[in-house]
Amino acid sequence: MSQSTDATLAPGAAGAEAVDPERRRLLVATCIAGGAASGAVAWPFLASMQPSDRARALGAPVEADISALEPGQQMIVEWQGKPVWIVRRTKEMLATLTQDTAQLADPNSKRSEQPTAAQNEYRSLKPEYLVVVGICTHLGCSPTARFAPNDPSMGPNWPGGFLCPCHGSKFDLAGRVFANMPAPDNLPVPNYKYLSDTKLLIGDETKGA
Amino acid sequence: MANTSTTPPVRQHWAHQLLDWVDARFPLTPLWESQWGKYIAPKNMNFWYIFGSLSALVLALQIVTGIFLTMNYKPDALLAFASVEYIMREVPWGWLIRYMHSTGASAFFIVVYLHMFRGLLYGSYRKPRELTWIFGCLIFLSLMAEAFFGYQLPWGQMSFWGAQVIVNLFAAIPVIGPDLAIWIRGDYVIGDATLNRFFAFHVIAIPLVLIGLVVAHLMALHETGSNNPDGIEIKKQPKDPHTGLPLDGIYAHPYYSVKDVFGVAVFLLVFSIIMFFAPEMGGYFLEYNNFIPADPLKTPPHIAPVWYFTPYYSIQRATTTDLLYVLAAGVVVLVAFYWREIPRGLWRKLTLAVAAVLLVGFYFIEAKVWGVVLMGASVLFFFLMPWLDRAPVKSIRYKGPLYKTALAIFVVAFLVLGWLGTEAPTPAYTRLAQVGTLLYFGFFILMPWYSKADSHKPVPSRVTK
Ligand code: HEM
Ligand code: FES
Repeated sequence: MSQSTDATLAPGAAGAEAVDPERRRLLVATCIAGGAASGAVAWPFLASMQPSDRARALGAPVEADISALEPGQQMIVEWQGKPVWIVRRTKEMLATLTQDTAQLADPNSKRSEQPTAAQNEYRSLKPEYLVVVGICTHLGCSPTARFAPNDPSMGPNWPGGFLCPCHGSKFDLAGRVFANMPAPDNLPVPNYKYLSDTKLLIGDETKGA
Repeated sequence: MANTSTTPPVRQHWAHQLLDWVDARFPLTPLWESQWGKYIAPKNMNFWYIFGSLSALVLALQIVTGIFLTMNYKPDALLAFASVEYIMREVPWGWLIRYMHSTGASAFFIVVYLHMFRGLLYGSYRKPRELTWIFGCLIFLSLMAEAFFGYQLPWGQMSFWGAQVIVNLFAAIPVIGPDLAIWIRGDYVIGDATLNRFFAFHVIAIPLVLIGLVVAHLMALHETGSNNPDGIEIKKQPKDPHTGLPLDGIYAHPYYSVKDVFGVAVFLLVFSIIMFFAPEMGGYFLEYNNFIPADPLKTPPHIAPVWYFTPYYSIQRATTTDLLYVLAAGVVVLVAFYWREIPRGLWRKLTLAVAAVLLVGFYFIEAKVWGVVLMGASVLFFFLMPWLDRAPVKSIRYKGPLYKTALAIFVVAFLVLGWLGTEAPTPAYTRLAQVGTLLYFGFFILMPWYSKADSHKPVPSRVTK
């Protein structure tokens, strides 16, 4: 294919073997530029996998009507695709929260997520109503209610609370996790406020849980 | 091409003429001959050598059935579940195509696990087949990804909560984790965006990677030639003076073609029995909870992955704070144990650095992160097999009691971990899974020691029966 007329090889056989430093430099520069350009082109594709504008806009707060909720009952509302639980706690249920906090991993919710107004032993604005995001802080399953105290399947001295079906994390009636469970933190409390005595606005202030 | 002027032209059959025409333009005959037609294989390949062809068959089956499922499936969180039921009930023969595909997924893992086990039996990963093995491991990783994405598509309860847990594993990675999880989901929660992209991965991205890897796997194999149950390199044997082939070699075609066809027939028989009479396989191939539409507000009371992931799921669940203490002790003991074997200088410094990072990490980083690391490591260790095994012989036939015991323990640990992964965790089961996890890793990490310390039998120069 290549003939002796090829100008680049003209100076003789030795010249054909030797590396021309100038050309080599050009080659390296071209490769770097090409590589950088390919990398830059990858960006739009990777970035297209981020949440879309529509998904970002869907964080709107939701209203919850709690007028029908009886003492000891739980209701679930969907907010940002997540379950938010509202539990109307009885006097007895509230009493369990102050009993034996030594068994809890984070009894005072120091490293857990909640609005400051709810960083108290009840983890709520009004003690009677608990509002938490029902997503386990371990790997995101939704725990199930185990309200009955001393439920034999829950081990000794069960005060009542929640059990995560996935890896067995246990939470008390304020969504506080027990110690030595896979879940590290308490269930997050979202931002919320009372619109009236029987209406809640969950997810107020846009910031998600 | 050749000089034909001296001999009168022979009239060829039109099919040969067509083949010549193609060969002059595309290397069809050379490809066929190098990859199969004139490929020389050891004459003693046994039962265990069927699972490679069967893997290829199942790959083809999954691709074909997948294409037809795609014609009626809807990758939309509101429509997906119903579209699968529509395929099952209203599309003519839709149930058959779906059951072929769902049974095929489990069959794929069965044949690939057996195929890999063959490698462990006969040392197929050893020099010179390291790349064949590594391409195989990459296939295994891709297959896991393919199965995971596929399992999301019916959008049942297990699809949803399985995806939730697995994506949250990534969220556990320090610093970048939460953003990474959002990027994977394409949303703040598992939802329509997630389903739609998992569909894209499942039907095109990963299958392309799989096909490419299978081609590379087979090209690498046909370059080095197949291993065999005796672990003897037939290419190093003298050639038979009459045939010009290695003494223990035969042509793959027609000898192994016939054997493979027989294997395929038996496989299809078993496959059909399962597909027609037990497509759910008692909840192992298709989980009961997945016949309930995805409900983001409620996790089913008992969730477990499909059977082929359960060993790895068990390892992840077994990684609690207690296990980290054992792992920390294990790291110290291992470094001390192997210290004299590690070359001086850079390697020793590197070992100390890695050990230090692990020890500090075990102390400061939550157990769930290590669960993810261990789950990844349990697959990645397979890649290292060619260098972990220091035995002077390849095949288990000439290996000593140490390797045989280690392999038996590994298989039992793998099966027990798999069973535990289908059960709800109790404290006793978690302990058992922790023991299983240590045995699983022990098989790999202690291999450089026991494979060398073992007694070995002499390898004959010719293959045996
Ligand atoms: C889609 C999946 C796969 C396909 C289609 C496939 C296909 C094949 C075929 C046709 C052979 C030759 C026949 C035989 O030796 O059984 C083979 C050999 C081999 N495969 Fe695979 N394979 C797959 C996955 C894997 C995996 C996951 C591994 C290991 C991690 C692996 C490791 C090997 C090795 C080491 C050999 C050479 C065996 C020997 O010569 O003893 N393969 N493969
Ligand atoms: S997800 Fe709740 S314990 Fe793991």
